[in-house]
Amino acid sequence: MAVILDVLVQLGQLLLVLLLAPLLTGYVRKIKARLLRRQGPPLIQPYRDLLKLIRKEVVLADNASWVFRVAPYVIFATTWVAAALVPTFATGLMLSPAADLIAIVALLGSARFMLALAGLDVGTSFGGIGSSREMMIATLAEPAMLMIAFTVSLLAGSTQLSSVATFMQGPDVGLRVSLAMALVGLIMVAIAENARIPVDNPATHLELTMVHEAMILEYSGRHLAVIELAASLKLLLYMSLIGCVFVPWGVAVAGQDLTVYAGSVVVYGFKLAIGGFLLAVFETAIAKMRVFRVSDFLGAALMLGLLAALLLFVSRSV
Amino acid sequence: MDRFALDVAHLFAGGLVLVSFMLLYQDRMFSLLNIFALHALVVSLSVAWQAHIQSAPHLYITAAIALIVKAIVIPVVLHRIIVQLGIHRDIDTVVSIGQTMLGGIALVALSILVMHPITSAAGTLVREDLAFALSVILLGLLMMVSRRNAVSQVIGFMSIENGLILAATGAKGMPLVVEISVAFSILVALIVIGIFLFRIRERFDSVDIHALDRFRGEQP
Repeated sequence: MAVILDVLVQLGQLLLVLLLAPLLTGYVRKIKARLLRRQGPPLIQPYRDLLKLIRKEVVLADNASWVFRVAPYVIFATTWVAAALVPTFATGLMLSPAADLIAIVALLGSARFMLALAGLDVGTSFGGIGSSREMMIATLAEPAMLMIAFTVSLLAGSTQLSSVATFMQGPDVGLRVSLAMALVGLIMVAIAENARIPVDNPATHLELTMVHEAMILEYSGRHLAVIELAASLKLLLYMSLIGCVFVPWGVAVAGQDLTVYAGSVVVYGFKLAIGGFLLAVFETAIAKMRVFRVSDFLGAALMLGLLAALLLFVSRSV
Repeated sequence: MDRFALDVAHLFAGGLVLVSFMLLYQDRMFSLLNIFALHALVVSLSVAWQAHIQSAPHLYITAAIALIVKAIVIPVVLHRIIVQLGIHRDIDTVVSIGQTMLGGIALVALSILVMHPITSAAGTLVREDLAFALSVILLGLLMMVSRRNAVSQVIGFMSIENGLILAATGAKGMPLVVEISVAFSILVALIVIGIFLFRIRERFDSVDIHALDRFRGEQP
């Protein structure tokens, strides 16, 4: 019985992230529109978009190879698995032993690899610049992400997200400047990885600046739907990651009854709402930077990660 | 000493290193001045906290001097000097900001590696403070060598002095007389540097110190 419940809760987590992801995207768009004093599309608009895209036919370029057709599904699958591994409302679920920070970075890395390949596959110039810029961002964002992962896991003594979240809830954490740096660094990486405003603008198709949109320019129909869904999932993933490492309160421990889970799902939704609101305010308040400033921005994130790891060695105890 | 006190001291000292990096990251003169004011504010907070936990009341005076002189007077005066100079307000760097940051990380690692073994007998607080103070000093020196602009060199010089204060408070405080005279010598240095900036500006129409290189001796 307990095993069945565990499986059900894990499946619930898988479905929860999948269903919540478009809502989060719609919510951020709505808040941004309201901040600009526009009405904005309704919250469920992303679901409608996805349904419509799925029903439309796929238009393929003549010289598109199998990579182009396979890539959306690989991207979606890896991103979904990664998003389902991050503890959202409960720690210690069935898949938690696999929920390793480094594994999540690797899953996202393979998704990005496929996306860049797909951008190059058709051979248009936009896909090419998109892929090359994405790779430039990745070469800086991935080491920064890994340094932050090292900092957190050095402190918690484990790279498993469940144990990290449990450790962060405990009294042993204290007030640490390393954690603050890791948080700021992680937010910077998350902004860059999700193609949010100072780095890339998800709402425009301006040739000079687009990164993510340039790579998926050739996609249509259900391929595009799957890629859009993966992008929403990635945003949800980073928010849950920040939530579970730095604001771990209200996360249930596995093996409790369903009312506790329900409560923690509500808390999780609340965290996402706050995170999405802050993201929208930040994006509205800041201007997009030039592509060549991005390396400085991400260099600062890498620097924060390195510094956080270094400062751990002089602090009280490691 | 209880853990909370140590944690707060660690937070302020680590924050100071972070603000030093923020100084390296700036490319506008006025934002550089603002960050320098923040640097001085963090120093004075750190010193005040150590005065509290070491119960050494004379350190409060050090903190007050740092707050008034370096967080308020010097940024305001430099701000006015820059306005009067009427120079362009971007900061030229010798090497790019990213490379400077990487160099800075290496310097922090170096100072931790140097300070940790030789202070193994001392308490945690002193070890931390000395390692962080050495990093702040080295970062200030890095800023002085990697910026071509005389104003940012002044800021680098002043941030070195903040690092020295941090080192001195960690090591059970230096005599108050020394601290006061250092603060005044900083003020005198500010006046001298101010006059000097105007002279450079008059002669070369910019404060790029590379214009001075022609007047060095021993050149081929």
